[in-house]
Amino acid sequence: MPKIVVQIDHCKGCGMCIDACPQKCIEEDSDVLNKLGYHPAKYKGEGCIGCGICFYTCPEPDAIIVYKKDEVA
Amino acid sequence: MAKDILRKPGGFMDTFVYKPGHDKKNTHYCPGCGHGILHKLIAEALEDLGVADRTIMISPVGCSVFVYYYFATGNIQVAHGRAPAVATGLKRANPDSIVISYQGDGDLAAIGGNNILQAANRGENITVFFVNNAIYGMTGGQMAPTTLVGQKTMTSPYGRSVENEGHPIKIVELLNALESPAYLERTTLEDSKNIAKTRKAVRKAIQCQIDGKGFSLVEVLAMCPSQWRVSPVESKKWITDNMVPYFTPGVKRDVIDEREGYYPERPEIGSETILELLGLRKEKLFRDRSMSDVPEKYRNPQIKVAGFGGQGVLLLGQTLAEAGMRYGWNVSWIPSYGPEMRGGTANCQVNISEGPIGSPVVDFPTILVALNKPSLDKFEESVQPGGIIFYNTSMIDRKPARTDVEVIGVPFSEIADELGNLRFANMVVVGSILAKTKLIEMDIVKDALAEVIHHKKFIEPNIVAIERGASAV
Repeated sequence: MPKIVVQIDHCKGCGMCIDACPQKCIEEDSDVLNKLGYHPAKYKGEGCIGCGICFYTCPEPDAIIVYKKDEVA
Repeated sequence: MAKDILRKPGGFMDTFVYKPGHDKKNTHYCPGCGHGILHKLIAEALEDLGVADRTIMISPVGCSVFVYYYFATGNIQVAHGRAPAVATGLKRANPDSIVISYQGDGDLAAIGGNNILQAANRGENITVFFVNNAIYGMTGGQMAPTTLVGQKTMTSPYGRSVENEGHPIKIVELLNALESPAYLERTTLEDSKNIAKTRKAVRKAIQCQIDGKGFSLVEVLAMCPSQWRVSPVESKKWITDNMVPYFTPGVKRDVIDEREGYYPERPEIGSETILELLGLRKEKLFRDRSMSDVPEKYRNPQIKVAGFGGQGVLLLGQTLAEAGMRYGWNVSWIPSYGPEMRGGTANCQVNISEGPIGSPVVDFPTILVALNKPSLDKFEESVQPGGIIFYNTSMIDRKPARTDVEVIGVPFSEIADELGNLRFANMVVVGSILAKTKLIEMDIVKDALAEVIHHKKFIEPNIVAIERGASAV
């Protein structure tokens, strides 16, 4: 299954990815305050289709990694 | 998009080593900033097109001034608005490099307005990414040339009004009035569809340069949630609702396919060519010499030469400096004159020194040459005690009042007139200085003269003038 990984301490919690995700499978992690002082984005764990929209809408270089295919590494 | 994994593109540096502080992985931009999105698209394009290692990014003044923290490219940070001018020089000197100017609306559309206009009109083969967020972000949200009508900013608290501030500048349309640009497009970052269009435009603009097709500019409508006082997510809608109706996106010019690629050779200019172009000679007379045979009080002189413009004041100083260089001494020469080519007042300041020269400015000369009365009146008091004043008795009807300096009056103008041209007066002075100070020898000054006088036929009469000046003291 495709998936995304949010690198927690790279996220500024702007919410752009949450808003843009067509599958609505990203949410704000209100339980976590990261090193930058934001509630980072969090993958809900399912629903990702690997479209990459969150990656391109994210202003930080390395906050989101999108794995389009199964279990790539 | 054939990649299986999307992550930080190779156009970025791995670690932002130039960024101060502990956080070397994230940008300095606010959450939701459009710059971050565009940076990512550019970094990805540079990697995919395989040109990152020959790209030079130019960072502007504005929030994106720190472009050099992030990209794995060469970088120059330039004065406000001057990126297109610097890009021009870089590209022409290094035609193989990919030169990208990254500018905001304050930088490009306000202070740099003419720079971008002229670079586009010359059709420079550069790529410009113009980030338009309708406001000055970095300095605190002041009105920009692209601020929308009615938009409230720090400096338009009641909203921009057409009557008072005019309409926002449409840069892409403005440049589209020119013949030269190859590719002009406006895109937006308002949603993923338009980000995809921007991604395509970024690649096309860089490819345009790679293919030698000429000037390309992409105007990107980008969000500034912080200064717009909205949330990052709301800022996307802000673009849609406010910017897009006025700044209509789309390709405004695309003549890339109609053009032949132009690949100029890298100019190879050796030192001989430079000498030739500047009209300088290769064979010069040089002589190692210390100032030990110059009378002590005349060593390391600080000279001020003053007179009317047209009396040859500047050339006089140049001749002395040029001659001093022939001994391997340090010299400096700075001119100071009014806007008139002839008739105004002019002076020049010359240092000739065996040691380093701290400042080229001569406020307190050891040698003053006064060719007219106003110059003597103005500078007499500034001469250092023990110094020397050469004054032109043809035009100055009083003797200098100073008693603590050496005073030498010579009718420089009359001597020049006798020699057939008043304009030789400056060289008569040179002769007098040589004879008096023993600072420079006659053969050296003759050789220096050949350097500073470009019309060969004038060299000989000037030498005669120098010799006359030498015999006059």
